[in-house]
Amino acid sequence: MIQVIFKRLLMLVPVLIGITLIGFLLLQVMPGDAAERAMGTRASAEELADMRRLWGLDLPIWQQYLLFLRDCLTGSFGVSIFHKKAVIALVGERLPFTLAIVALSTLIALVIALPFASLAAMRRDRPADHVIRQAFVVLIAMPPFWLSYVLILWLSLTLGWFPTGGVGQGLAENLHRLFLPSLVVGLSTAALIQQTLRAALIDTMKADYVDTARAKGLRRHEIFLRHILPNSLISTISIIGVRVSWIIGGTVVVEKIFSVPGLGSLLIDAIVSRDLPVIRGLTVFFAIMVVIVNLITDILYALADPRVRLE
Amino acid sequence: MRILKDLLRSPAGALGLGMLALTLLATLLTPLLSPYDPFALDFGNTLLPPSQAHWFGTDNFGRDIFTRVMAGAVYDLRLALICVFGPMAFGVMIGLISGFFGGRIDAALMRLTDIVWAFPFYVLVLAIVGVLGPSEANLYIAFFIVNWIGYARIVRGETLLIGRLEFIEATRVLRFGKAQIMLRHILPNAVTPALVYSMSDVVLTVQAVAALSFFGLGVQPPAPEWGLLIVESIDYMREAPWMTIAPGLAIVWIGIAFSLLGEGLSVALKPKG
Repeated sequence: MIQVIFKRLLMLVPVLIGITLIGFLLLQVMPGDAAERAMGTRASAEELADMRRLWGLDLPIWQQYLLFLRDCLTGSFGVSIFHKKAVIALVGERLPFTLAIVALSTLIALVIALPFASLAAMRRDRPADHVIRQAFVVLIAMPPFWLSYVLILWLSLTLGWFPTGGVGQGLAENLHRLFLPSLVVGLSTAALIQQTLRAALIDTMKADYVDTARAKGLRRHEIFLRHILPNSLISTISIIGVRVSWIIGGTVVVEKIFSVPGLGSLLIDAIVSRDLPVIRGLTVFFAIMVVIVNLITDILYALADPRVRLE
Repeated sequence: MRILKDLLRSPAGALGLGMLALTLLATLLTPLLSPYDPFALDFGNTLLPPSQAHWFGTDNFGRDIFTRVMAGAVYDLRLALICVFGPMAFGVMIGLISGFFGGRIDAALMRLTDIVWAFPFYVLVLAIVGVLGPSEANLYIAFFIVNWIGYARIVRGETLLIGRLEFIEATRVLRFGKAQIMLRHILPNAVTPALVYSMSDVVLTVQAVAALSFFGLGVQPPAPEWGLLIVESIDYMREAPWMTIAPGLAIVWIGIAFSLLGEGLSVALKPKG
């Protein structure tokens, strides 16, 4: 197993190099020069020249890439113009909020998707199944940024159950404050998980060991809870892994709306203030995060289901 | 024509097509349905709730929201369709080439898709538009860079499967040209799942286009784009919630229509017999 994990890690090397290359190209395709873009039109020629020297923009392009690669390998991911700090330091301050939304929204998604997927699978092709499917179609059709405001209007401004945004002190208060943004991300994730889990459940119901369990005289709900559900959940883990990119992307939108000082807000603020090293470093960091989560879910999947072999 | 018939026979497909036809009809008939101009200011009638005269109410400048939402339909649908079907055409060709020729071309192209796939969708689109600057043209560039990947992967997989089928073997034995085999025999079959996928892509792209203008990174005001209508409404959300709700419901309506259409297409395009 350890050997296999090591091999997987080794296979990540070209992917990680590719990711840094794309992050690097991002600033190369930009019209004009990075220094001009960042400093605006009012900068003097000397200031621009200083900037270029500081960033190594006067070097040949391959050396510029190697400089960026060094920044990634040493873990700084570049230095912010606006905050005058390493990108990784900014990430460190904000990552906990983003991870909290990712975790909470995944939990919310499971709590919503589990009962509906089970009901839909047990009542396959009957009215309940169709109603659930169409309800999730409506859910997917709601744009998250709009849904955020509708929930703020309803649950915060009208009913006063939740604050309209921001973060506070302590776990309890932050859970309360992060609930609405997590709900928005969780609802769209729930729709994806529900579809996958329903299909997995229907598949598992046809398995031989389910017939065996029935022949043994186990009750229906016992078979469902002890045999069908756990086995279907395993394959759903890998889907959550594949979809983690989508979940992380979704946090960008809600963080800005609910004023959560996470990575998404950092990205949007960097775009608005044209803090190019942050845009680049953060984009690369996001992709690396996705790759690592994918790897972890693959390993968990293999541990949970011995039939699966990691290649 | 046969596909359209099959599509209309499935309840989801018929409903989705009907919803879209109704939307197009409504945008064409807007001048007849509403006497207002989507841009004309009317300070005597600001923030009016929905009524007989103003179906969706009016905004802070007294503009009729129904008229603006309808103008937005033309705008948003055009943006979303370009952002989906442009990259789709490219992705389908790449997938076809990758799957058909295999070998090194295939390995290189698939590694490329792996790498681009690692970037979260919103992060990459925001970063590209953020670096290039907000404009409609840059919006197309960003979506093009991101959206072709899904199609390339789907079509490559299908091409690999179809390439092994007997009727393709037959074309090889008959010494048909490579281009002919690819375009005339594999493509029509391989493109089907991509077409189904494109429908759910439209749903997400309509939302993403609106989200970008919402952050000030997409279409710029005073265009009657749905995302912009929602941004403009936020300061008046308490007094005039219809300003926020109406354009959002328009996005939801289009989303449901394309989801149903996708469901219908997946039934209609399924190989028979």
